[in-house]
Amino acid sequence: MNEQTDKFSEKLLQRAAPGRVEFEDMVVVPVFAVIVALILGAVAMLATNVDLATIGQSYIALVVGSVGSVNAISETLTAATPLVLASLGMAVGFRAGLFNIGAEGQLLIGGMAAVAVGFSFGGMPGYIHLPLALIAGAVAGGLYAGIAGWLRAATGAHEVISTIMLNLMSYRLVDYFLRLPVVQREGRADPISKSVLESAELPRLLEWIDPNLRLHSGLFVMLAAVLFVYWILFKTTFGFEFRASGANPEAARYAGMRSGLIIVIVMAFAGAMAGLAGANQTLGVLGRATPGFSAGIGFDAIAIALLGRSHPVGVLMAGLLFGALEAGGRQMQVDAGVSIDLIAIIQALIIVFIAAPLLVRKIFPWGFRKEALVGKE
Amino acid sequence: MANISNPAEPQARKLDTAKVRQARNTGVVLIFLSVLVAYAFAFGTTGDAVFRLSRPNDPWAMPNLVVPAMAFSYIAAAVLAFLGARQFMRSGVRWTSLSMGFGLLLAVAAFLVWATAGKSFSLTGMLQATVVRAVPIALGGLAGVLSERVAVVNIAIEGMLLAGAFTGALVGSLLGGFGGLVAAVAVGGIFGFILAALVVTYRVDQIIAGVVINLFVLGVTSYVSSQVYQEHRFLNNAPVFRPVEIPFLSDIPVIGPVFFQQNIFVYGAFIMVSVATYYLFYTRSGLRARAVGEHPQAADTLGINVYRTRYINVTVAGMVAGFGGAWFTLGSVGRFDEGMTGGRGYIGLAAMIVGRWHPFGALMAALVFGFADSMQQKLALLQTPIPSEFLAMSPYIATIILVAGLIGRARPPAADGQAYIKE
Repeated sequence: MNEQTDKFSEKLLQRAAPGRVEFEDMVVVPVFAVIVALILGAVAMLATNVDLATIGQSYIALVVGSVGSVNAISETLTAATPLVLASLGMAVGFRAGLFNIGAEGQLLIGGMAAVAVGFSFGGMPGYIHLPLALIAGAVAGGLYAGIAGWLRAATGAHEVISTIMLNLMSYRLVDYFLRLPVVQREGRADPISKSVLESAELPRLLEWIDPNLRLHSGLFVMLAAVLFVYWILFKTTFGFEFRASGANPEAARYAGMRSGLIIVIVMAFAGAMAGLAGANQTLGVLGRATPGFSAGIGFDAIAIALLGRSHPVGVLMAGLLFGALEAGGRQMQVDAGVSIDLIAIIQALIIVFIAAPLLVRKIFPWGFRKEALVGKE
Repeated sequence: MANISNPAEPQARKLDTAKVRQARNTGVVLIFLSVLVAYAFAFGTTGDAVFRLSRPNDPWAMPNLVVPAMAFSYIAAAVLAFLGARQFMRSGVRWTSLSMGFGLLLAVAAFLVWATAGKSFSLTGMLQATVVRAVPIALGGLAGVLSERVAVVNIAIEGMLLAGAFTGALVGSLLGGFGGLVAAVAVGGIFGFILAALVVTYRVDQIIAGVVINLFVLGVTSYVSSQVYQEHRFLNNAPVFRPVEIPFLSDIPVIGPVFFQQNIFVYGAFIMVSVATYYLFYTRSGLRARAVGEHPQAADTLGINVYRTRYINVTVAGMVAGFGGAWFTLGSVGRFDEGMTGGRGYIGLAAMIVGRWHPFGALMAALVFGFADSMQQKLALLQTPIPSEFLAMSPYIATIILVAGLIGRARPPAADGQAYIKE
């Protein structure tokens, strides 16, 4: 009993002032994780017959391509924006105990809806058209995810399975949609949509420096979403209910929370975020929809939410890291001829080391206080 | 617990109302299906649907199965309506899932007859493709059963399948088919071991560990595909296992071609499912494994090594998935493409849930998915008015319906998904 109260007060103390162990978990572990992942990435390159000079060159390209110039930073932020948006939804799901793998599909559906609104309604002023297209993306993504939420709440079908199936279905839906005569661009036989009208495009931000800089105002949508999710999760009763039903569904139910409704709302919210991410891609970067315009953002979002510990600020940081890896990876492919798929390996390794602090502590025993090895439970 | 006077009674009543509600819902679905069949499949359909049962060079020829399309659909609609109406009566509760299963079967049959009306196609060929396509899903489901029975949730099956497919192609190109197969099984086992190490020893959240393995395998295989295979194509050109005819049995009409003229992956899947059933339910170590999944603490108290049991079972599960993965390359096309498993591992997980964590259940569910998969392929050839994209969705829709409709009473192993910390 006494031991337990001790442990409890220790926890309270830790919350008041983050101790060494927390610092290690928040900062040291991620740093080590990145380093180890980069080293193992180099090993992977060595194993596929890439010589040492090229490996050095590719890591230099990785840095230069992500933060080395205005263009690099613009690319990093452009890549990070949809990643952060989609993983914010994921983070809310995790907080509520829901594992939504379906961001990829929700993103596709949302992006398509945004394109549909974006190329219709010619002559509408931008301050109405653009918000309308963004909202269409969010609503479509939310509805699509809501199916999985409803299935979970009404029948108990596990959301992991149903969202994966919805992902697979969304690819076909996109193919179908892009070949509809109303959607397909005139004179084209391949699945490609009409272009989004200028009034629905997310305005570029840095054209005054160089017209090729792709950074667009979706960045503000993303930052607003970070604040909004923070506010929802930690400052509203609603967010409290999310977190409570995620931490202990049984207790939440006894406290009078309607778990079914919460599941549906959380899933719809996550889908709306992913839909916004899709809208962000189609309205800000691509200007149209093609098959696979989601480019795996929805799957990276899972990793980012895990990496950011499902906290909005953590998600923002992790999203920026992944955005940097993405932008740098493209540079790496160009400069050193190393396939960008290497980035996927590095990303997976980073997550595994962050998810397994025990593993990192074992690899780098000298980086941590000794007691931490036994004290963490 | 003390403040609840009699917890059993309201619990029972709640269960009862839930059952009645489920029965009602089933009734609504069945009546909806009945209307659908009558309106969409029977109304205005003419001609006979011809299903070919035997192929030209079969030793015993079977006559074609000729079904008058309109009459069949009206009868199916009537039966469906009857089944649906029964659900609202008092006795309906008892037969809910059976009625649902039979109703779905009828609706699918009516759909097939409608699509084939005035044309003909080979039913035997479709069933054969069903079994072939069920193989990776069944093996994925079996891998899921093996690991979830020791309470390790295995999302990583998709990655293990992909790793098996990749290794099968790579090693198969260098050492031949059997070398590739052995290597695929070994690599699957390695990933099973890694998963076990992550979740058992390092106590990583099981779903996170699985997702990470999937991302990692996808990354590695795609990286090697684009970095190495582009230049060295001979590394991605493996031999394919041909079907092996089993003497006498393969001559039986319909059943012969479907079950006994297949390649070793099909036979392997059936054998593995049988062995796994025997192991889990009829041997001492299987009983121990299940005990670890239900109540690790109690198992530990009785002297069962929880950690070792989990390591062994998850590693074997990985080997099964590796074998299933080799099907994609050594069992069908002989070459590896990026992300070629296309979510089969996840469908395998669904098969495991629908099959109620039993190897044979998972196999049956996998056959249903295989059927949906091969049906959409055949129907695309028949040129139905339904867009091909929607036909291609049917396996996924079937998955959702099965998981949503049948999960009601399925119960996962009690400790599923929880790390065990020895005290």
